[in-house]
Amino acid sequence: MADGTLNRRGFLSATAVAAAGGLVPGTASGEAAKQQKPSPTDRETLSLSVNGRPHQLSLDPRRTLLDLLREDLSLTGAKKGCDHGQCGACTVLVDGKRVLACLTLAAAARGEVSTIEGLASADGALHPMQEAFIQEDAFQCGYCTPGQIMSAIACVREKHADSEDQIREFMSGNLCRCAAYPNIVKAIQRAKSRTEA
Amino acid sequence: MRPFAYLSADTPKGAIAASTADSQFLAGGTTLLDLMKLDVMQPQRIIDINPLAAKYGRIERSAEGLSLGALVRMAEAADDPNLNRDYPVLAQALHLAASPQLRNMATLGGNVLQRTRCPYFRDPSYEACNKRAPGSGCAAIGGLNRKHAVLGASESCIATYAGDFAQALIALDASVELAGPDGQRRIAFEQLHRLPGSSPQLETTLAPGELITAFSVPSGPWTRRSLYLKIRDRESFAFALASAAVALDLDGDEVKDARIGLGGVATVPWRAREAEAMLKGKPMTEAGAEAAAEAAFDKARTRDQNAYKPELGRRTLVRALLGAAALEI
Repeated sequence: MADGTLNRRGFLSATAVAAAGGLVPGTASGEAAKQQKPSPTDRETLSLSVNGRPHQLSLDPRRTLLDLLREDLSLTGAKKGCDHGQCGACTVLVDGKRVLACLTLAAAARGEVSTIEGLASADGALHPMQEAFIQEDAFQCGYCTPGQIMSAIACVREKHADSEDQIREFMSGNLCRCAAYPNIVKAIQRAKSRTEA
Repeated sequence: MRPFAYLSADTPKGAIAASTADSQFLAGGTTLLDLMKLDVMQPQRIIDINPLAAKYGRIERSAEGLSLGALVRMAEAADDPNLNRDYPVLAQALHLAASPQLRNMATLGGNVLQRTRCPYFRDPSYEACNKRAPGSGCAAIGGLNRKHAVLGASESCIATYAGDFAQALIALDASVELAGPDGQRRIAFEQLHRLPGSSPQLETTLAPGELITAFSVPSGPWTRRSLYLKIRDRESFAFALASAAVALDLDGDEVKDARIGLGGVATVPWRAREAEAMLKGKPMTEAGAEAAAEAAFDKARTRDQNAYKPELGRRTLVRALLGAAALEI
């Protein structure tokens, strides 16, 4: 820490600032620290649990959670559609909440990440939402489907799946260019009644 | 995305002290990461303030009103039962914004600082954008400006303020709690955003290194009789073409107090005080609401493709006012 390494977690805590000689405005060391230019070769270390498995990673700070999953962990279920938070194809759960992996900085990711690869049981039995998508024929090309399923699981858990209208509203962050929407809604209703039964 | 140094702040002081002219605070990141990928924003340093959520991530109620921590996620506030019952305009403005995933990520503090969706601002291949490159001109004036502002615009910028929640905050006379290099201060929400004028790159009155820590919303007899009406090109997950945040205090039919925020039509969160003045002390009627809406858009200036906006805005406001008056509370 005292060597002036900036890109480390926890550096900015009050004690760390004091220990490093102060990121206090106006002080020489503070100004020097501020002038350090970021480089494309900078690396950030982080530990992250994905589908119950812990990972230790050294990454470019620019890595998004989506690229970490796809490029570093070879978990290619979460898809890169728009890469700007507009299509929902990259939806994953972090601590049970649905988020967009494309707009999550990997370095800033905290909590347990769940992806489509972690849904099925060890014996291969599919999650009820996966089953329901197959039974209701809720996809055509399938590209948006992992995001749809992760989002749908959260939608039911959030209790935002009480009616067709509510499902449509609370699934609006997941686009399907094949327009499989009617069957996606049916699949969510089917999975919801099955989990409630 | 250009290289940046990533720092994580465990204390507000650490975050503020690490701030530089080239740094950005990272909360939900839903605007910041998007605009960094587009090369519209190029911070050298990202200061992750999410660890401050323990301090700034709470919703608190008192007799005086509501305190909303800046790091409360939009979804959490939108689902808060007290907000839905006592401050419905706040909850509705959040519910009608973005998508469930974005609402789980985005924070209240970040939301009010959301940048415009003007396509010329978002695409650096257009040279002219005074907001992105001061002095370069405005490609939207004379360009594709169907969604642009008719209120508060200037010859330098006609970009619409994109958010919803800010309209509810401005209508309810909220204030903003700030922490910065010179300590803490509090400003009226109405003072947070700056009109574009001749310097549209300056969007807020925040000092360098200053963080929004909370919003305070005073209680009052008008907060329960409030609603947010948002009109969009599609029914969900879209920005407002016109929106109205209204809160009314009625004594029988008579309007004792009216508060109006307008969205989708202005360059900043817009308080329609002229319209409020027209309503006060009179019975709430359709004709009265229409007169107030006329006053709200009296100074509207349209461009080639957004001439529909004053009429859409007026009708939105009339429907919101009559809807709020009819609420059973």
